[in-house]
Amino acid sequence: MNDPLNVMTLFLFNIVLMNIPLLYGTVGEIVVEKAGSLDLGVEGTMAVGAIFGYLAGCMADSLIVGLLAAFLAAGLCGGLFALLTVSFQANQNVTGLTITTFGLGLYFFVGKGIGEDWPALASAPALAGGFAPVEIPLLSRIPVAGKALFSQNPLVYLGIVTAALVWWYLNCTKAGLRLRAVGEDPAAADSVGVDIVRYKYVHLIAGSGIMGLGGFYMALNMSGSFEGSNCWINGFGWIAIALVIFANWDPLLAILGAMVFGFFNTLQIYAGALAGAFPEPLGWLSSVPPQLYKALPFLITAIVLVASSVRKREGSGQPAALGLNYFREER
Amino acid sequence: MEQRYAIEMRGICKSFGSVAANQGIDLEVRPGEILALLGENGSGKTTLMNMLSGIYKPDSGAIFVDGQEVSINSPEDAKKLGIGMVHQHFKLVDVFSAADNIWLGDEKAGGILKKDRYDIIGETAKTFGFDIDPRKKVYNMSVSEKQTLEIVKVLYYGAKIVILDEPTAVLTVQETSKLFDVLRRMKASGHAIIIITHKLNEVLEISDRVAILRKGEHICTVETASADEQQLTEHMVGRKVELDIQRPVVEKARPLLEIRDLTIRNDEGAAAIDGVSFYIRGGEILGVAGIAGCGQKELCEAIAGLRPIESGMMIHRGEDIVGLSPKAILEKGISMSFIPEDRLGMGLAPSMSITDNMLLKKYDQARGPFVDRKGGRAEAEQVIRDLEIVTPSTETPVRRLSGGNVQKVLLGREIKAGPNVIVTAYPVRGLDINSSYAVYDILNQQKKDGVGILFVGEDLDVLIGLCDKIMVLCHGKVMGVVHAHKTTKEELGLMMTGALDLTHKYEGKPAGYARDSRIGEVGMGDEEVEG
Repeated sequence: MNDPLNVMTLFLFNIVLMNIPLLYGTVGEIVVEKAGSLDLGVEGTMAVGAIFGYLAGCMADSLIVGLLAAFLAAGLCGGLFALLTVSFQANQNVTGLTITTFGLGLYFFVGKGIGEDWPALASAPALAGGFAPVEIPLLSRIPVAGKALFSQNPLVYLGIVTAALVWWYLNCTKAGLRLRAVGEDPAAADSVGVDIVRYKYVHLIAGSGIMGLGGFYMALNMSGSFEGSNCWINGFGWIAIALVIFANWDPLLAILGAMVFGFFNTLQIYAGALAGAFPEPLGWLSSVPPQLYKALPFLITAIVLVASSVRKREGSGQPAALGLNYFREER
Repeated sequence: MEQRYAIEMRGICKSFGSVAANQGIDLEVRPGEILALLGENGSGKTTLMNMLSGIYKPDSGAIFVDGQEVSINSPEDAKKLGIGMVHQHFKLVDVFSAADNIWLGDEKAGGILKKDRYDIIGETAKTFGFDIDPRKKVYNMSVSEKQTLEIVKVLYYGAKIVILDEPTAVLTVQETSKLFDVLRRMKASGHAIIIITHKLNEVLEISDRVAILRKGEHICTVETASADEQQLTEHMVGRKVELDIQRPVVEKARPLLEIRDLTIRNDEGAAAIDGVSFYIRGGEILGVAGIAGCGQKELCEAIAGLRPIESGMMIHRGEDIVGLSPKAILEKGISMSFIPEDRLGMGLAPSMSITDNMLLKKYDQARGPFVDRKGGRAEAEQVIRDLEIVTPSTETPVRRLSGGNVQKVLLGREIKAGPNVIVTAYPVRGLDINSSYAVYDILNQQKKDGVGILFVGEDLDVLIGLCDKIMVLCHGKVMGVVHAHKTTKEELGLMMTGALDLTHKYEGKPAGYARDSRIGEVGMGDEEVEG
């Protein structure tokens, strides 16, 4: 354990393992925001995806069923958001916060309602097995990086593939072009025959579904142990919203963003081990008060938001109509 | 042979709340014909056309395309029926390239974006006779380029009926004539064209027939060949209108505002105003002519204290106003009203009521922590009465008013403050004849009261008719100051493009320096000195 190389490998491995849910949340929110909707309900949406995905996955003892259930349950949250903001023109900020409150409430309601009958991950061996690391031939034998990047569970790879696919969809397909138009200037998109309502619904549901996958991931990573006091998501949804800005609404940059963030996130756990393994350059890590590590991800979030706000409009990926509801007959 | 109409509207009615925007309107256009739709602001022209383009649905009435009754429920329906509209506020995605803006609505385009779309769009544009750069981003385009792109877009989708909503409002004279060539070509190829405008000379130049709307009703449709400006105006306004702008002669006072060697940088850091000198006397309207973006905006902002200056002097009644806060400048009696291209941006808070907008400039005069709403409402009522503003009440949000009325509210508030210098930019931008003349009357009244006015204008006819002197700017430099009654449009045009420089016309007297300058007489106080 105290072998420095080993510590470093484990540290990197865990950065990836523990922070892929951020990537799901961020990519999902990018899809939603590219449709011009600012959904602050990521935390709640991920919680709903997590609990229903986990329960369905346990019952069916299948990773696929869990993924589908997580996607659908979270997608319903997105559908609810779309119903309220697109069809009923409700304020997006308030609706998003409502989704978070609702999602977390539902999470605890269901979890506490099940109580003693809560299924343990061990009771679903196929599901647990599906989350086990898969070593990619050849690549996984590279020192350090092989273990950190290519010996992960399938959902890590799925997350990366999802980010890449979303990037391709946004930039290389006509539907993606239309989606971006909806987020930039819905009146312009409407005038050339893009069905704004349909595009918003589809992408709010799909984006929320992707967030739900991140929640499901977190449930499995916590071995599905339900605590009545703490939600699995634990603030990742909020960080994902900030990461969207950090990544400049680019799914590929979101991979980088999630890992940069993950670095600070994981540092709090590995500070002691790193200090022990590298006493000369990193010894000071153990003398930093642990509370600072806990605050670090949120401090970084604040710094990122301030830094991003300086960025000029040109070259910014922020959709121009983000957060604005569209009503065709408005004058 | 039976006469086929490309489009026919019968008994169209549309109301917004209790306001009837269109009442029983009949309209028809033949293929290969240009119909001008003429009417004052708020007469329902745009509303009527928006029902053809699928933005609004009519409350009652029928629309026929090629003799078939159709129902247009969305812009998509309109597109399928071959109706294309070039909106006054362009419907373009700023961050997209020209090609992508068109590709966006192309039903036949494949699901994957390929590089060849640029060539396809570029080639198609060429077959229509347009040369556009398909890779150019919209935010890098000039107004005229954007409009060209909109027209290409409409044609690309196969429109046979093309509607243009005030296409010339933002174009220069040369760009307008280019646009008219395009329209004539489209007409020759059998398109039916409807053009919304309230510029009478353009109506007479381009259209075959003119349909006139007034207060949401269709007054008549006349053959352009048999119409003249006077007759059209009377139909449009509903009464006889004097088409000459008055220029009252007022005894001039000594310079009120003197600008010397002023240099101002724009947002990008380039010199927007470069070594400009001029002065405004009391009882005088100084016009400013120039191609759009020649530093007019920066000049207005600098005088109002909204923009720091690089170097130079701004002397008001002998006192230096450089570096004063906008509020201090306001208190000295210098008022600024700038009407930007979108007409709502500067000076008024669109979602606030007329009363609240009145209060914006004097909220600090009330005693205690509360605003004087009663006083504000009384002022609002007076401005509404004096300037004949059409509004349901003083509490109506300003953005609900039609363009002309919004501008009257802004001017009314500025004049209410009793200024001695008025800086006004494009006060009649987008206004119809009636409202424009109301604005000229307001300015002339102020001039008679001894106010010095800086009038930044677009229309050279108006500048020549209204102003006493005209200063011409070209790329931030003064090309000369001419007497309005001695100059011609041609001379101004040459100066605007920089081909003619009259700054060294008088030897021994630097241009823009008043002979009876008050610079140096610090602390002159308020009394006027005869010059």
